Amino acid sequence: MLAILFYIFAAITLAGAVGVVVARHIVHAAVQLLLTLLGVAGLYFLLDAEFLAAAQLVIYVGGTLVLIIFGVMLTSNLGTRLLHATKIESAVVAVAAVCLLSALGIAIRATHFASVPRVIEVDQSRQLGYSLLSDHLLAFEVASLLMLAVMIGAAYLARRRPKDEV
Amino acid sequence: MNVPDPYFSATTGQPAPVLQALIGQPPAGWMILLWDVTLVMFVFLGLVSVVGFIGIWAERKVAGRIQHRHGPNRVGPVGLLQSLADGIKLVSKEDLTPTRADRRLFFLAPYLAFAPVFAAFMALPFGPDFIFDRTLSVSLLWVLAILGVEVIGVILAGWSSNNKWSVYGGMREACQLISYEIPLGLSMLVVVLAVGTLDLLKLSALQADGLQHWLVFRQPFIALAFVLFFIASLASNKRAPFDLPESDSELVAGYHTEYSGLRFSLFYLAEYNAMFVMSGVMAVLFLGSWADPFGLIARGYVRSRDAGDRWTPLLWNAAAAGVFTTKCAALMFVQMWVRWTLPRPRIDQVLHVCVKVMVPASLALLLGSAIWELLVRNGSIVERATRLILAAGGVAIMVAMAGLIVAAFLGGRQNQQRLFSVRPAGGG
Repeated sequence: MLAILFYIFAAITLAGAVGVVVARHIVHAAVQLLLTLLGVAGLYFLLDAEFLAAAQLVIYVGGTLVLIIFGVMLTSNLGTRLLHATKIESAVVAVAAVCLLSALGIAIRATHFASVPRVIEVDQSRQLGYSLLSDHLLAFEVASLLMLAVMIGAAYLARRRPKDEV
Repeated sequence: MNVPDPYFSATTGQPAPVLQALIGQPPAGWMILLWDVTLVMFVFLGLVSVVGFIGIWAERKVAGRIQHRHGPNRVGPVGLLQSLADGIKLVSKEDLTPTRADRRLFFLAPYLAFAPVFAAFMALPFGPDFIFDRTLSVSLLWVLAILGVEVIGVILAGWSSNNKWSVYGGMREACQLISYEIPLGLSMLVVVLAVGTLDLLKLSALQADGLQHWLVFRQPFIALAFVLFFIASLASNKRAPFDLPESDSELVAGYHTEYSGLRFSLFYLAEYNAMFVMSGVMAVLFLGSWADPFGLIARGYVRSRDAGDRWTPLLWNAAAAGVFTTKCAALMFVQMWVRWTLPRPRIDQVLHVCVKVMVPASLALLLGSAIWELLVRNGSIVERATRLILAAGGVAIMVAMAGLIVAAFLGGRQNQQRLFSVRPAGGG
């Protein structure tokens, strides 16, 4: 049962990912990305990582994806134009893809996947909160610093410049 | 804070307590699967249709009353079957697609708007055992997350129609939603911070013992957070006064201008069911979930379950589901009341209120709630006094609102009679 669900979600994820790459239209690509994100959320659910799955939906689907489509709508040109990759772009992307694939392959071959007994954590979000603020405090703080920098940058870019005033 | 859980500790180990009560023995794996499919196909799909059916009828009736007209009154008693007639009309209508529309996305969008709302139902606790997924420990986050997917459907509908009004509607929906998600989540966090769980079942069990335990009366900060949450939920459900995505006086019908037939009706189903789900979340977070004000259901349920009865726990569950649905219906009524009373602000005003008023306010509430939980001990005099005062205030407000509504409806009938009796004299 779990295996069947795993293959279904994995197929959804892969189909979406291929669709994102193949799509010529940026909004179509965004919709395929939605498919991928939903598939990954499903995989998280299968792993009993419910918090991660829900957070994935909130952040990537409800936030990022909406922002992407919103951005496309605001830039009138991008919404109607079809995307065509130039030769240089294709070459660069091909090199990057080969590098990424080989790095992932090496990493997967090097990892020892032991099968862990399935433990159902009663209060996941509590555990997550504790470990974020104890074991992974540094990463947590660095991430929040990054967010702060991004927010200040956005506020700086969006501020009213003196010459804008009428 | 630890959750005292006499309400589910005994049943947590069972995957499907309702099914077990029905067949009288622990169910096998395939039976649970079959039972889940049956629930989805018959119970939840039925519920979704009924919510849409009654919701649309009630909206038109309330609108009629507020605007001093009758509303639907031809089909069935008091127009109750109007939605059925409309449904038949919509099914038999031609399903048009504009020639220059983005065909695939245009087809996809209504389903993308409706399916997530349907999926959100799986986490709503209609009773101590009446919940589709008992094991989901982050059900509150799940409802919020999956309702966020609905927006994509709306935006895509607006974009793929290739119509200026629709695109404006979709754009407004996008910027309105991503801004109002923040105060929505923060005001929700005020409650989560105080009780320490994201599980809607646990949140319900916490409040089961009576009115004074309802979370909205726990702290003044939570009471204020309820107001913020209600406003933000209006915005995220694109209900008036935040119905800018479909504001029919400027954008024809906004994002669904180009839709007709069955797929048009899917948007309506999505809207009313999203209202229901949001009302359900509000009921669980603030208004005691499935519990009645006196804690009768919780006591009866625990007693009958501990006695090992087979059928009576189900009856108590059914009573709980009745209470829960009543609360949702009441909250939906308030949403309709607000819709037909308040005028619609401009989009920049909507965003201004969100970013400059609601976000700082909800952050302040979060801080206040945290400090309160640190300083005020459970069971202390301050805590109990706050509960009592807030509960008394809350009950007074509810009674006043109910009285106002009853008076409005009774007074309305008299006004109508006066209107009709004056007309012949004036007309000669």
